[in-house]
Order: sequence, then C-alpha cells, then structure tokens
Amino acid sequence: MRHIISILMENESGALSRVSGLFSARGYNIESLTVAPTEDASLSRMTIVTRGSDVVIDQITKQLNKLVDIVKLADITEGRHIERELMLIKLRAADKDQRAEVKRLTDIFRGRIIDVSESSYIIELTGSGDKLDAFIAAIDPTAIVETVRSGSTGIARGENSLQIT
Amino acid sequence: MQLSGAEIIVQFLKDEGVEYVFGYPGGAVLHIYDALFQQEAVRHILVRHEQGATHAADGYARSTGKPGVVLVTSGPGATNAVTGIATAYMDSIPMVVLTGQVSTTSIGSDAFQEVDAVGITRPCVKHNFLVKNAHDLAATLKKAFYIATTGRPGPVVVDIPKNITDPKIKIPYLYPASVSLRSYQPSPQGDPGQIKRALELVLAAKQPMIYTGGGVVWSHASKELTDFTRRLGYPITNTLMGLGSYPATDKQFIGMLGMHGTYEANMAMHECDVLLAVGARFDDRVTGDTKLFCPHAKIIHIDIDPASISKTVRVDVPIVGDVKHVLIDMITLLQDNKRKPDATALAAWWKQIDAWRGKDCLRYDRASKLIKPQAVIEKLYEITQGEAYITSDVGQHQMWAAQFYKFNQPLRWINSGGLGTMGFGLPAALGVQLAHPKATVACVTGEASIQMCIQELSTAMQYSLPVKVINLNNRYMGMVRQWQEFFYESRYSHSYMEALPDFVKLAESYGHVGMRIDKPGEVEAALKEAFALKNRLVFLDFITDQKENVYPMIAAGKAHNEMHLSSERELA
Ligand SMILES: Cc1cc2nc3c(=O)[nH]c(=O)nc-3n(C[C@H](O)[C@H](O)[C@H](O)COP(=O)(O)OP(=O)(O)OC[C@H]3O[C@@H](n4cnc5c(N)ncnc54)[C@H](O)[C@@H]3O)c2cc1C
Ligand SMILES: Cc1ncc(C[n+]2csc(CCOP(=O)(O)OP(=O)(O)O)c2C)c(N)n1
Ligand SMILES: [Mg+2]
Repeated sequence: MRHIISILMENESGALSRVSGLFSARGYNIESLTVAPTEDASLSRMTIVTRGSDVVIDQITKQLNKLVDIVKLADITEGRHIERELMLIKLRAADKDQRAEVKRLTDIFRGRIIDVSESSYIIELTGSGDKLDAFIAAIDPTAIVETVRSGSTGIARGENSLQIT
Repeated sequence: MQLSGAEIIVQFLKDEGVEYVFGYPGGAVLHIYDALFQQEAVRHILVRHEQGATHAADGYARSTGKPGVVLVTSGPGATNAVTGIATAYMDSIPMVVLTGQVSTTSIGSDAFQEVDAVGITRPCVKHNFLVKNAHDLAATLKKAFYIATTGRPGPVVVDIPKNITDPKIKIPYLYPASVSLRSYQPSPQGDPGQIKRALELVLAAKQPMIYTGGGVVWSHASKELTDFTRRLGYPITNTLMGLGSYPATDKQFIGMLGMHGTYEANMAMHECDVLLAVGARFDDRVTGDTKLFCPHAKIIHIDIDPASISKTVRVDVPIVGDVKHVLIDMITLLQDNKRKPDATALAAWWKQIDAWRGKDCLRYDRASKLIKPQAVIEKLYEITQGEAYITSDVGQHQMWAAQFYKFNQPLRWINSGGLGTMGFGLPAALGVQLAHPKATVACVTGEASIQMCIQELSTAMQYSLPVKVINLNNRYMGMVRQWQEFFYESRYSHSYMEALPDFVKLAESYGHVGMRIDKPGEVEAALKEAFALKNRLVFLDFITDQKENVYPMIAAGKAHNEMHLSSERELA
C-alpha cells in the first residue's frame, strides 16, 4: 500500500540525512521526499511517500518517531486528505499544430503555460501524482524535452492537523 | 563562571558526576587534554587503541548502569571508536563519546585528520551532535547525557571542532541542571488498560512462560521481576543479555533460550500458551524461524521502545513502558486480584518441563583427558562463588560462560550480544574493574578474540587493574570451526590459529603473571592460585579440547523444537 507520511522535525542540519539514512539502512523504499521550512523557523515539514505492507509501514512510522529530531508525524493516508504535486514540463512546440495541441491538453488538465520560446513551451501543472502521470501519458513522448516534479506534499482535510501543541 | 570551551567540557563532566573518561589524545582534542591535566576530579584512563576506550567505557556502563564516557581525537581516533560505538548501540548501552573535529572553518575541506564523524556514526548512535558554537557546548553535552541514559539507552556522539575549545576564548558557563526536548520524551509508565489485559492473560495461562532480556537489567528491575515471577510460580528464561536479572540457581529458572539455549527453555517456548516477554527484542538468535516461533502462544510484550514491539514477531498485548514501572503495576494488580494461577495446570506443566530438564542438555564428557572448556567455567564459578563480574569475548567460550556460570545478580555478565564484537572482553573488564576496584573481575576469552585488543594489557598495567584473563585456547576460531563442521562438511577454511604467541611470555612482557594449564587435573589449582593474586593481572592460558562444540544448538532459521543436542544425541 502507498502511504504519505507527514513529518514535523527540528530544523537542524543533518535532520534530513537522518531520515534518508534510516530508509536506506533499513531497506524501506521512498517514492518521494520533500522538505521545506514552516511558518515556525525552528521546524521543517517533510512529506514522504512510501510503499509497504502494514507491518513495514508500522515499523517505518515507529523508527521515524524514534529519531530524536522528529517532533511529530502522521500517516495522512489513514484519513481524508489532499495530496498535491507540482510538475514543470518543457515541451517541444515549434509549429502551429504542436502548439495548439499542447495548449488544448494544458487546458484540459488545468495547467498553465508559464514560458514560451520559439521552439518550446513550459507548462506548470499541479495535482495528484496520478494526474501528472496522466498528463505525461497524453503527450507525444518525443515532444518532451524535460520534466521536473516536486514530489508529493499532502495535508489532512478538516479538523485534523499536524502541529505541536 | 568564565571558561574556555575546553574547560567547559571538563567542568561539565565534573558537574555531571563523571568519574572516568576513557580516551586517547590527538591534535583536535589537545585543548581538552590540557584542561584535563589541570584538575583531578575527572580521571582520564589512557587506553592503547580507541576501540579499547569505547569497550572500557562500555564495561563501566554495563556494570554500573551509569553512562560510559569516551574522548578521542578527530579522523582515525573517531573511526577507531566506531566498532565500540556500534557495539554499545546494538546492546542499548548508555555512552557519550566526544570526538575531536577540525576547526569549523576547515570542515569540508579534506583538512588533516578530517572525517565526517557525525555522518560515519549516524547509523550506529542513538543521536549525535556537531557543536558549531562554544555557547552551545554545555547544553549540547547535557542533551547528550540525557538522551544516552533515558528511554532505551544508547551511545551519543558529540563532535567538537578544535576552535570551539580554544583556551583563549572565555565564555560564561553555568551547569544546565535539567533539560527538556520537545522531540524526545520517553514515557516510562505503561497503559493501565493494557497492563490489566496482560495480567488477565497471564493468570489464565495453563502453560505460561516468562522470557526476559536486557531491558530488565537496564531498568534495574531484577527485584521486581523476581518477586513477580515467584508469586506466580511460572518458569522463566533469560536471553543472553538478560542473564543475572533472575537468579540462575533458582528452581523456576530454566536456563537461557535461543540458539545455544537449554533444551527445557526452548521446548517450553515452543509449547507455551502464554508468553510474557519483558525487555527483550525477539532477536533472530532467540526466535529462530519466526513463523514457527511460539506457535501456540498469545504474546505479551513489555518494552520501552515502541519500535521493538511487533518488529519481528507479532504481539497480542503490547505494553510500551519501563519494565520496572510496569512490573510494579502488575504486582499491585496481582495482589488485588482474586484470581490465582491454575495450580493443576501449572503442576502438569512443571512435570513436563522437569522431564525436558531430565535430558541434561548441558552434559559433557567429564572423564576426558583433555581440558574441557565447560569444566573451566564450572570451576571458575565455584572458585569465585558466583560473585565475580565476568566479561567475555565472542565465540564458543562466550556461550560456555553464559551456560555454565550461574549469574544470580544483574550487571555481572558483560558481553557483546547484538554486534558480537571480538576484542570486547579485555577492555570491558578494565572498565568494570575501575568501576568496582574491590570486586573480582574475570575475562573469559578465546585465543583469537583476545588478540583483537591485546594491547590493552598495557593499560591494565598502567592502572594496576588485577583482571583475571581466562583464555580458553582451542587453537581454532572455535565458533567458526563449529559452523564449518556442521554446515560445510568440515572444510575448515581459515578458522585455525597458527603462529599463536606464547601467551605466558606475552603477559609477562607486559609485566603481568602468565600461566599455562594443559591438564584437567591442574585447572582448579591454577584458578585458585590466580585468584589468590589479588593485586595482579593473571593471564591463564587453558589449552582446551580443540574439537569441543557448543550444545544444544538450533541451526539458524530453525524452530525451537529442532535442537541439536550433541554429536552422539540426535535432533530433539
Ligand atoms: C555467538 C553468539 C551467540 C548468541 N546466541 C544467543 C542465544 O543462544 N540466545 C540468546 O538469547 N542470545 C544469543 N546471542 C545474543 C543475541 O544476538 C542478542 O544480542 C540477544 O538475544 C538480545 O537480547 P535481548 O532480547 O535481551 O535484547 P537487548 O539487546 O538486551 O535489548 C533490550 C530490549 O529491552 C528494551 N529495553 C531497554 N531498556 C528498557 C527499559 N528500561 N524498560 C523496558 N524495556 C527496555 C529495549 O528497547 C530492547 O528491546 C548470541 C550472540 C552471539 C554473539
Ligand atoms: C570482529 C569480529 N570479527 C569476526 C567475527 C566472527 N567470529 C565470531 S566467533 C569467531 C571466532 C572466535 O574465536 P576465539 O576467540 O578463539 O573463540 P572460540 O570460538 O574458539 O571460543 C569469529 C571469527 C566476530 N564476531 N567479530
Ligand atoms: Mg578459539
């Protein structure tokens, strides 16, 4: 099963390598990992997308909790949640037909064209990982120059929240 | 108080109540060594190799329950310490290791003797720190001791760049008496509901079993465990790390369990209907094949570390908490409970266990013309009246010490279980002897293991530490040879020991007493003579039966009821 684990951790140098080191040392898989500071400068927020059986996920959360730098964590896939990922994708768009096609697809996926040159477009797209995958699948593969994805971030819906009290 | 960084470190150690620092100097820590030189409260023990420093600090910690403290220089000093740090980590030993580092301005430049100590040790520490500002020193050291000694104990490394200890820069110092970390709050109290459920299950058992480990030792809960177990009248087994937490000579004790555990302990594990696991971590040397582990049992597990629970074996009633707290709660509930254990079922269960005991699984050939290693340990036990602190190295001799020395008290059996570090025994014994100057301390070792930290004989001389080294010399890496005999058709690939030193002369050259014993009839007299030399380190080189194997044995990955009893006796 795919799980999204949200983590609040001390904004200390080395904290990130403790988490990534834990995953490699124990052979857990990481689908994606994102990290950035929060409104509280002493804390960072990390989102890890991982896969594993219930037993493995249970160990992952326990082992993460054991890291001294981790203040709090939640497996947000246990409840209702929103997941978003950002993708920037550069596409070859030289002739009129190509440009029209890219624009049409971008509209369908509610993306935005954020850069235009003589031969290419850059599209910005956010959504679940599946949606980004679907966009890539819809594009002629030979038109893709490069893609960059942020990895998933997520947040629980409603009253649930990950914060220190 | 205005102090330099180096002085803060030393003053802090003093304020923290640290008696001994085990270390080895070098460029990055010279300021700290200079500060050490100018005081007497904190005693520095100069080892001969940084690995020795970590094991000595570890022995000190294991025999006292207090944290061991180590000081080493940057680069090779830090890397030499890694084996000892990992050893402490695997067995959950409280330890604080101060490593020197190149100055903050040089970090990352491949400076002389620079290694990323924080990076290298990260996977084998409970936590580690790099101190980037002298103003953070005292608080960081306090955190290090707090983290190392609370919850599930473990080693903590504090990496200290040289400029942080600059003697010319004085800053204010105040001992931080307390510390709190929002991200680290171990909870000793167990959940009352779970404790109640657990006790109901324990009382309903017809074939109960209590399996306890190192957690009881580190929780200082032997008294509570003994009281609880005696009230119930249930059989109890200890892991290698738990030996001594329940008196081995008590009739309810049915020996160690696991790969080289007793027949009765392993069979009782296999047949029990309720298993109470206390401060033990279901290691693979204990469980064998987890799919066949305790196939009929409901399992209760008390552990301070949630990650230990249901890690390898699924548990029915988990209790996260400190063993001592939880056992006290259980004893109170037991006293108030009208329900008593099922006496009839228990009598039948004991009858079965006694039948297993009747196999006398630790039997060996007492009439042999060669010195049997088991006999040496039995005599050691007799002559020291079971009161000695016994450290060991890793191999067959370690298992024989565990099987044949009957530990009746905790903190007496000091060995590397999780990492299985050869070279541990001698330096650990030095730490134990320093902690208990009047006590009898013996190191049970093998001719291969002892050579991994033999240089510490010199440390023992310098500080007059009268440890007795019991070398069970079988001219083989016996444990390796045993596996090769069983699983590789006796192809003894590189498991022999050729060109051994003359251990008697070697001991003498370090200034100690050496003795060689090669006849069974001489064992007792030699041990008596050695232990009578109260103030001397004596190296006893016992030339033992080369082909003796450790029995019983469960091959890796097999079940508890698939034991190998001895070469003549077939599988159970
Ligand atoms: C050659 C060799 C052979 C071996 N053969 C055997 C064998 O036959 N049998 C055997 O048992 N072992 C054997 N071992 C040792 C084995 O590898 C493990 O080290 C050992 O079994 C682990 O013991 P333990 O379960 O008591 O755990 P420990 O490593 O002692 O861990 C302690 C557990 O208690 C918990 N804990 C710590 N403090 C507290 C507290 N205050 N309150 C609550 N919980 C706490 C910890 O979280 C941890 O889960 C062998 C080792 C070697 C080198
Ligand atoms: C540092 C290290 N290297 C290798 C091993 C693997 N090993 C385990 S036991 C053993 C042999 C130990 O021989 P000895 O000390 O003579 O003890 P014996 O088994 O003969 O009693 C070896 C090599 C280890 N445990 N530690
Ligand atoms: Mg040997």
